[in-house]
Amino acid sequence: MRISRGDVEHIARLARLRLTEGEKETYGLQLSDILEYVEKLKELDTSEVDPTSHVIPLSNVFREDLLQGSLSREEALRNAPQAADAFYRVPKIIE
Amino acid sequence: MEPFRLGVSDAVDLLRRGGISAAELLEALFRRIDAVEPVVRAFVTVTRDEASARLGELESSGEGPHQALHAIPLAVKDNICTAGVKTTCSSRILRNFVPPYESTVTARLLREGYILLGKTNLDEFAMGSSTENSGFFPTRNPWDPERVPGGSSGGSAAAVAADECLAALGSDTGGSIRQPASFCGVVGLKPTYGRVSRYGLVAFASSLDQIGPITKSVRDAALLLNVISGHDPLDSTSAPVDRQDFTRSLDRGVKGLRIGVPKEYFVEGLDREVEQAVRDAIGELERLGAEVSEVSLPHTGYAVATYYILATSEASSNLARYDGVKYGFRAEGADLIEMYMETRAEGFGPEVKRRIMLGTYALSAGYYEAYYRKAQQVRTLIKEDFERAFERVDLIVTPTTPTPAFRLGEKVSDPLQMYLSDIFTISVNLAGVPGISIPCGFSTEGLPIGMQLIGRHFDEETLLRAAHAYEAATGWHGRRPVL
Repeated sequence: MRISRGDVEHIARLARLRLTEGEKETYGLQLSDILEYVEKLKELDTSEVDPTSHVIPLSNVFREDLLQGSLSREEALRNAPQAADAFYRVPKIIE
Repeated sequence: MEPFRLGVSDAVDLLRRGGISAAELLEALFRRIDAVEPVVRAFVTVTRDEASARLGELESSGEGPHQALHAIPLAVKDNICTAGVKTTCSSRILRNFVPPYESTVTARLLREGYILLGKTNLDEFAMGSSTENSGFFPTRNPWDPERVPGGSSGGSAAAVAADECLAALGSDTGGSIRQPASFCGVVGLKPTYGRVSRYGLVAFASSLDQIGPITKSVRDAALLLNVISGHDPLDSTSAPVDRQDFTRSLDRGVKGLRIGVPKEYFVEGLDREVEQAVRDAIGELERLGAEVSEVSLPHTGYAVATYYILATSEASSNLARYDGVKYGFRAEGADLIEMYMETRAEGFGPEVKRRIMLGTYALSAGYYEAYYRKAQQVRTLIKEDFERAFERVDLIVTPTTPTPAFRLGEKVSDPLQMYLSDIFTISVNLAGVPGISIPCGFSTEGLPIGMQLIGRHFDEETLLRAAHAYEAATGWHGRRPVL
C-alpha cells in the first residue's frame, strides 16, 4: 500500500493538521511502511468472525437522573486560551 | 537503610512503629530527587510545596491509623489528572493545563493518605516505548543513562528504580507499564481492563488504556491495587466487581498452579540472554511446585498490526478534542479552520501526528472495512487464543520484552522497529487480561531483564500470588542501580 502525496494531504486535512513539505514526505513514506506491515492481517480469513470493540461484556450503563453539582463556570473557563465574560472566544466564523 | 530506599509496605510498617517520622521520610525523598534528577529526569513537575502542605494536613487530621497509605510519598504519571496540579501529558499542547478535577485513582489515594511527590514524564500522550517522544525532554534509564527507561511510563519506572519515590502510578495501553518496569528492573502491573477506573486518565485508546502500579515489590503492587481498584460510576467501562484484598493470598505459593509457556514468544529476535533468564525463571517456578507446560497463542504474530490500527484509530478520535478552544495551547489563524490546523501542527509532536494520521486513514471512507473492522475481527481471534489457553493453564509466562533497554536514539528514526519492541505486551491489552512484569535477572552488561505473567480476566489474585512466590525465592527485585 503506497500512500501518495495527495493521500497525505487529504488525511492531514481530515485530521486538521497543517504539515510542512518535509513532514508530508516523511509521513508518506512511514505510513506506507506501516500499512505494508499491517497488510499481513489479510492473510487471516475473518469472514465468520465477529468484531470486538470492547473486551468486557458491558452494555449501556444507566444511572438515576439525579441533580448533582458540576464545575462552576469560572472553573470551566480557567484553562481556556481565550475567554470573555461567560464564553470561550474563537476566531470569527460568520462574515 | 536510607529511607528513600523503602518500598510502600515497609514504609507503612516503619511509620506505624514510629521508626521514622513522616517529615523525615518526605525530606529524604526530596533530597534524593535533588541528587539524582539531573541525571534521570523522571519528573515533569515536582510538587514540593504542595507536598509539605499536604504533610501538615495529614499530621493534624488524626486519620493516620485508618489510612492504608498514610503519609506515603508516591509519584503519578503526568497523564493522570490531579486537581490544581499541572497535568501535561508531556505535550506542548497541554503544557499549562491545570485540571479542575481529580482522577478517581488519585482521589482514592488521597482518601488513603498518600502524598503526591510529582508528575512523571511520558511519551507524549503515552504514545511511545522509550519516553523519547516526550514533548519536553527524554528520561534516562537509572541503570545506564545512555539507555532509555522504556515507555510510555518511563518517568514512573525510572523514578521507582532510582528510589525517587516509594512507588508510582503508570498507564498501559500496549505495554506502557510492563515494558518500562522490565527495562528499569522494577515491578509493573497492568490490571484487567475495567478493574481500575479510567476517570481522569487522559484518553489515548479507550478500549485498551488501564492504570496500574509500578513498585519495588509484588506486595506493594497488591497494596496499591487494593486502593485504586473497584467500580466507579464515573467510568462507564468500569466493571461492577467487588473490591478485594489482593495482599491476603500472596503467601500461598504456586504449588499445583498450571503455568503455560507460549511457544510463539520464544522465536527469532528474542535476545539470547533474555531467553535464558526467562527459561531459568520458569525452571524456578517449577521447582517451587508449579506444573509447567507448553501452550499456543497462534495469532501472536498479528497482534502488533492489530494494535496499531485500533490504538491509532481510537487516538485520532480522542485527540480531536485538542482544538485550541476549551483548554490547552492555541496558535493564531486567519479563521477557525486555520486556527485548528496551526494549533495542532505546533502543539503535537511528530509521533502523535503520525498516529493521528494513521488512525484517520484507517477510519476514513473506503478504508474502514479493510483496516478498522478487520483489526477488530483479529482482536476477537487474539482474545480467543487466550480463552483457549486458559482452559488448560492458570497463568501464562513470557519475556516482557525481546531485548533489554536499548540506547537513546537507536529506534527514533524507524517507527515500525519501535512498535515491534512492544510485541510481547500488546496481546494482553487486546485481550483485556491482566499482566505483570517482574525482574528475573540481568544481562552481562548489567541491564535488568523482566518476566511477564499473564492471568485470566479479573484473576489478579493468582497473578500476584505467583509473582510474589517467584520474587521471594529469587530476590532480583532488591537490586538497585548505582547513581
